[in-house]
Amino acid sequence: MSTLTDPPNEGFRLSMLINDTRYRSLTFQVIAAVVLALCIWYLGNNLIQNLRAAGLNISYSFLGDSAGYDINQRLVEYDSQSSHARAALVGLLNTLLVAFLACITATVFGVIAGVLRLSNNWLVSKLMAVYVEIFRNIPVLIWIIIIFTIMTAVLPGPRAFRGDNATSSMLFDAFAFTNRGIYIPMPWFENGIFASTAMNWLLVLAGFAGSWIAAHQINVWANNKQEATGVRPKTLSLILAAWLVPFLALMLIMGLTWEYPELKGFNFKGGIKIGGPLIALWFALSIYTGAFIAENVRAGIQAVSKGQTEAASALGLRPRRVMNLVVLPQALRVIIPPLISNFLNITKNSSLAIAVGYADITATLGGITLNQTGRAIECVLLLMLFYLTASLVISMVMNVYNASVKLKER
Amino acid sequence: MTDQTTNSIAFVADGTIPPSPPPAGETGPIKWLRENLFSNAVNSVLTILALLAIYMILARILPWVLNGVWTTSSLAECREVLQGKVGACFSVLTERWNQLLYGFKYPVDQYWRPNLALVLLLVAIAPVLFFDLPRKLLAFTAVYPFLAFWLIWGGTILAPIVALLGFAAGAFVFQTYGKSSFAIGFFGAIAAAFAVWIIGGALIPEGASDNAMLQAVPSRDLGGFMLNLMLGVTCVSLSLPLGIALALGRQSDMPLIKWICVIFIEFVRGVPLITLLFVASVMLAYFFPPESTVDLFLRVVIMITMFSAAYIAEVIRGGLAALPKGQYEAADSLGLDYPQAMRLIILPQALKISIPGIVNVAVGLFKDTTLVSVISMFDLVGMIRGPILASTEWNGVYWELLGFAALLFFVVCYGISQYSQWLERRLATDHR
Repeated sequence: MSTLTDPPNEGFRLSMLINDTRYRSLTFQVIAAVVLALCIWYLGNNLIQNLRAAGLNISYSFLGDSAGYDINQRLVEYDSQSSHARAALVGLLNTLLVAFLACITATVFGVIAGVLRLSNNWLVSKLMAVYVEIFRNIPVLIWIIIIFTIMTAVLPGPRAFRGDNATSSMLFDAFAFTNRGIYIPMPWFENGIFASTAMNWLLVLAGFAGSWIAAHQINVWANNKQEATGVRPKTLSLILAAWLVPFLALMLIMGLTWEYPELKGFNFKGGIKIGGPLIALWFALSIYTGAFIAENVRAGIQAVSKGQTEAASALGLRPRRVMNLVVLPQALRVIIPPLISNFLNITKNSSLAIAVGYADITATLGGITLNQTGRAIECVLLLMLFYLTASLVISMVMNVYNASVKLKER
Repeated sequence: MTDQTTNSIAFVADGTIPPSPPPAGETGPIKWLRENLFSNAVNSVLTILALLAIYMILARILPWVLNGVWTTSSLAECREVLQGKVGACFSVLTERWNQLLYGFKYPVDQYWRPNLALVLLLVAIAPVLFFDLPRKLLAFTAVYPFLAFWLIWGGTILAPIVALLGFAAGAFVFQTYGKSSFAIGFFGAIAAAFAVWIIGGALIPEGASDNAMLQAVPSRDLGGFMLNLMLGVTCVSLSLPLGIALALGRQSDMPLIKWICVIFIEFVRGVPLITLLFVASVMLAYFFPPESTVDLFLRVVIMITMFSAAYIAEVIRGGLAALPKGQYEAADSLGLDYPQAMRLIILPQALKISIPGIVNVAVGLFKDTTLVSVISMFDLVGMIRGPILASTEWNGVYWELLGFAALLFFVVCYGISQYSQWLERRLATDHR
């Protein structure tokens, strides 16, 4: 029978490096560091030798050179004389554009499908189950190609809109669905306060922000009044006014008009053109990710125990308030973390744009620029840097939101 | 007395009245319809909308499928047969069947090899998926990768045998010395395996592949759905052990190892798979020794394995974190060291919790194998978009081909997810 005694001090033996817990972790870390350093040295050495053999060096100066290719879909000024850096910027903005649009629509699709899947209606819930299973089990690349094919092979060309016996016609004389893209009316200001259109739109955005603050203040005032007197003043008309009055006033002052797309020559002119690749990518990412979000939403709502709903009803809350005050706040806690990773997936999957020729950053920087300049290492590194940053920023923003809705514990 | 009673009482029931059937509206299909489809106004509207949607979809698809033509040799002939009617031209599937499944370069007279490999794959994977099968079958599972490599790539049988012997030597060393000290067994096994590979590699005669039993097929000749399946199976099975190692590393107390794992996982998860495939196709070659040619298939396998290992690591980390701390402490108090505790107590439970997540990653990975078409490998999607749609005979047969690809992926992925649900029910040991 042994008693607890200090181990005899017998000096250091080599086997203690592995058998003694005091030294073992140190041994393993040293081994890991050595292996890691060897790997880095080996790969780096190969890289240097290969670059020397190919007569290359690592340099980012090619970014300043003229790109020499055109990009159809662009949010900022760009022509073929612009630099590669500018092309990358156009691609970057395009990536952000399609990711942003797809995140919104995917959430809408997902919430609708998730809620409908829980509906009492047998047919509707089965239909939604079929939607979810079909879209989750088929690669997103195939969906993108399918929708792109619908855009290019099924929709009529601008020619079909021409002449007296045209085979296609514009929807409400304002929307044209052609195989070159979808044309929608463009709003613009006749006598804007600022000279540039962007500034005018920023002003409208500022107006919305003001409305939001005003509506919030009205709510606070109503809450205070309710707590003081027990009677909640009617706020609906006030809030509506806070939202609508500044907006309508701005629109009136600046003279909002719509520019409709028109068939001129062989193509539509005017209005906003949304290219086929953008629509294909946007819609495919939305319905594909929407199927995943639908499952998250369903799981989130089912995670709220039935007792919660019953308790809220027993307190005399009406069904809408039960949903808004009891079920949704609890379900959101379950829904939001997977929602974040779905948004990240959308951003990353938007890189599949290259398959349908949408000029996102993978297609410009990682595609044409890489092929033209042969700067594979620099381009791929920049590309990875961008996606890493985007992922980190999105998860940071969403984590802040998650922290604000999560269960407040001690 | 009898007279009196019979006269004074008007009616005596001499039996029970049979229960009357429920009203027509409260029984059978009508009740079901009322409760499930038309319970209120909103529901009724939804039902009608859903029926309308189903009708519109079926009205488009059914005639197209039923009128399908299966036997022509080009789209123009299809149109002749259909004479303006709506109908699919499925003959592209029958005519290009081999290309869709095997790519356009795999030697036609060797198709039995991938077919046999697929059948053997089912045999090899069965004991892993279903625990009731005899455990001895696992021996075949261990041999299978080398057998499949030999079947698909052909060439000399010595190379897979040497590879197998290396693993066998490693396993033997680990069995012998791993009992006394895990570390000695582990590193000894690695050293033994490498020794066998280097010696064996030197012993294989030059040009052994030239007149081998099976004709050698280079990697660039692989294609079609076979390529998707090969990439999916290889990368999932390779990334599982790597993912476990990364997850354990991320939980480790050793700061250096922990940070290596964290940086690796977060980096890989932060970038899209397509950039990693770009790395495989244009960048990875710079990191191999000069004058060595590592073929594209291997480079792609390396990158996809890294990619899915990072995701599997996060899933398993979730499983490890979900275990109560008492399990770790119990293992410690039994006097088990780290490898024993992990192998006997922690991992069996953590992996069980992680199964749904791992299957999700596996399904996602299998779907993502279609991305290799972007770096001009001719997988199923690559075949469809490249050689088949570009050919003069079949230019314009989009829906039949894309629908076929979608159907293949759906069958496999749906099958995997159904298996995972079955496994979850099977492994559920909690009280219900």
